[in-house]
Amino acid sequence: MSGSEFVPLSLTPLLIGIFVAVACALPGNFLVLRRQALIGDAISHVVLPGIVVAFLVTGNVATWPMLIGAASAAVFAVGAIELVRRLGRIEPGAAMGVVFTSMFAAGVLLLEQSDTSSVHLDVEHALYGNLESLIWLDASGWSSLVDPVALAGLPVELFRMAATLMGVVLFTVLFWRPLKISTFDEGFARTIGIKTQPLGLALVIVSAIAAVAAFDAVGSIIVIAMFICPPAAARLMTNSLEAQVLWSVLFAVLSAVVGYVLSGYGPLWLGYTSTVSAAGMIATVSGLILTVAAFWGPHRKRGGAPQAAG
Amino acid sequence: MILDALLLQLGYNATLVTIGATLLGMAAGVGGTFLFLRKRALVSDAISHATLPGVGLAFMVMVLLGGDGRNLLGLLAGAALTAGIGLLIVHWLTTRTRLAEDAAIGAVLSVFFGFGIVLLTVIQSLNVGQQAGLEGFLLGSTAGMLRADAVIVAVSAGLTLVLVVLLRRPLTLASFDPEYAAATGQNVERTDLAMMGLVLAVTVVGLKIVGLILIVALLIIPPVTARFWTDRTDVVVLASGAFGGGAAYIGAAISAGVPDMPTGPIIVLAGFTLFVVSLLLAPQRGVLAAYLSHRRFQRRVHLRQGLLALAQGQPIYEKLTLRLLRRAGWARKDGVATDEGRARAGKALLDETRWQLVRRDPSFEAAAALYDGLLPIERVLTADQIVEIDKRIPAPQGVPT
Repeated sequence: MSGSEFVPLSLTPLLIGIFVAVACALPGNFLVLRRQALIGDAISHVVLPGIVVAFLVTGNVATWPMLIGAASAAVFAVGAIELVRRLGRIEPGAAMGVVFTSMFAAGVLLLEQSDTSSVHLDVEHALYGNLESLIWLDASGWSSLVDPVALAGLPVELFRMAATLMGVVLFTVLFWRPLKISTFDEGFARTIGIKTQPLGLALVIVSAIAAVAAFDAVGSIIVIAMFICPPAAARLMTNSLEAQVLWSVLFAVLSAVVGYVLSGYGPLWLGYTSTVSAAGMIATVSGLILTVAAFWGPHRKRGGAPQAAG
Repeated sequence: MILDALLLQLGYNATLVTIGATLLGMAAGVGGTFLFLRKRALVSDAISHATLPGVGLAFMVMVLLGGDGRNLLGLLAGAALTAGIGLLIVHWLTTRTRLAEDAAIGAVLSVFFGFGIVLLTVIQSLNVGQQAGLEGFLLGSTAGMLRADAVIVAVSAGLTLVLVVLLRRPLTLASFDPEYAAATGQNVERTDLAMMGLVLAVTVVGLKIVGLILIVALLIIPPVTARFWTDRTDVVVLASGAFGGGAAYIGAAISAGVPDMPTGPIIVLAGFTLFVVSLLLAPQRGVLAAYLSHRRFQRRVHLRQGLLALAQGQPIYEKLTLRLLRRAGWARKDGVATDEGRARAGKALLDETRWQLVRRDPSFEAAAALYDGLLPIERVLTADQIVEIDKRIPAPQGVPT
């Protein structure tokens, strides 16, 4: 394929896909190890009421109100889950189920009740986004990468996702040691003076930020997949957290690239003219990677003491 | 209009859908209770999302065979198939690999859903011109439902409810005490499988009414709501069925009677309203009840401490204590005890002194464990024991006058 076609049509979606995948997979490693993997699921559902309320308040679909609305909905949901869990003395999974389904239902209802026909805001878009549409119209080939006029026309999602990824990487690197210790042995972490509760909350908030930023570009389903599948597959490959994080990044990039290419070009190779959903394909590929890891990963079984038969 | 809908006066289809939704809500409430008691509520989320590729595949197969792609029975069969596969994968990942159940659930739900989206876009590009209904499975759509489909939904919801009722005894036992169930010879693994089968049936039947994203709410919210009202399993099961049925009935009726009210979200929000009311108002486990009992306890502690202070002639500075003593008529405004107050104070001091002696004596260990600073000692010891304790009180006994 020539650069004149690839650069404007595929380069930016591909890059955004990779950024999203890595930004979600990094905190996902800790969420999976802490058995909070479904937080990502909950957050990506409650983003919908957030953006609908932001739309109703501001009356347009500008980026910042949407992001702020989504982020506040995510924080609100985390608080509400905790509140329901404490007040009602309910197990966390059920508390989560009560809160996120209700908030999602409220979002759908608000959406149906309000006049959103003039703007591009619907449930399907929230679920599986539109990665393919984030094209770079000003580019004409590889030479555009050094052309300032063309560079100015890059989709804003690219910069936003890059910034989010940087933030997530920074958080992971800066808090690596406390995160690692508190994930594996919370009691020990507390005795050496790590504030585990704020740290856990910070992890959830960083995940929420990654989810919200990614959601705008690619929809929520890919967010859930990237939070869980690459880290879970990486978990089956190694016993060391450092290696696990590297594996998960590799798997995330692999899912994004292979998924995007398959969705854009796979049908063409098979003789069809149209493409399939890139977000769905990336999620599917990450699932295939997890399948391979579950069958052949060197550390797929539980280690340590022998398990009871079952 | 809403009243018409609630009284099932809105025509044959709407009535069928409302009845079907109510039956489904009851089945979901009862079936969800067992999931909730086994702390596996979110497994249903994986099952429901895993139905999407089945719907897509069934549609494609039916179109390829030259049939009508929208045949509801065929679509539901496909949904049940992939949901079953998803369920088995969750089970397999949890037991055969080191992954925890939440990671397995998240992996299955996102991957199956993603693949389902891929299939939906493939179907769109097939240009067979009848795919319009498939998106309805995401959020449910009862508007303009065909009569045959409404009958299918109502009948299968009824069948699911019958199934739940038949299976309730073994399910109750296994979800409440799996070890005991196994010891009495019950095959707990098979019961678990039956429970998951039930959840699967509820999910698949609910696809058309509530949609696959929100069906999990119907399985989780009613049991959580019912749990506030009682500690007995059988009552939780019944109440949960009632809450689920009620929410579904109200939701379906409102949605049929008022324009722009999608069925699934309304049902979920009706259930959530019941949940919030229960969270706040339920006796014993509700927030209001907990607050009131906290206040009652606080008052007793303040009164007791106030009486002890009166008995020992100490001044009381705590405003709440003074107010409570005055309201009980045991002290005057300036903190001086009334006659009744003096009597009660003496009694409290004697009680406290006896308790101190009891707590010092190892032979009263069992009784001493009950000490909380409020319990009168007469409730714990017999009269004889109290007489014995009283002998040890260092009072001026036997002093010659």
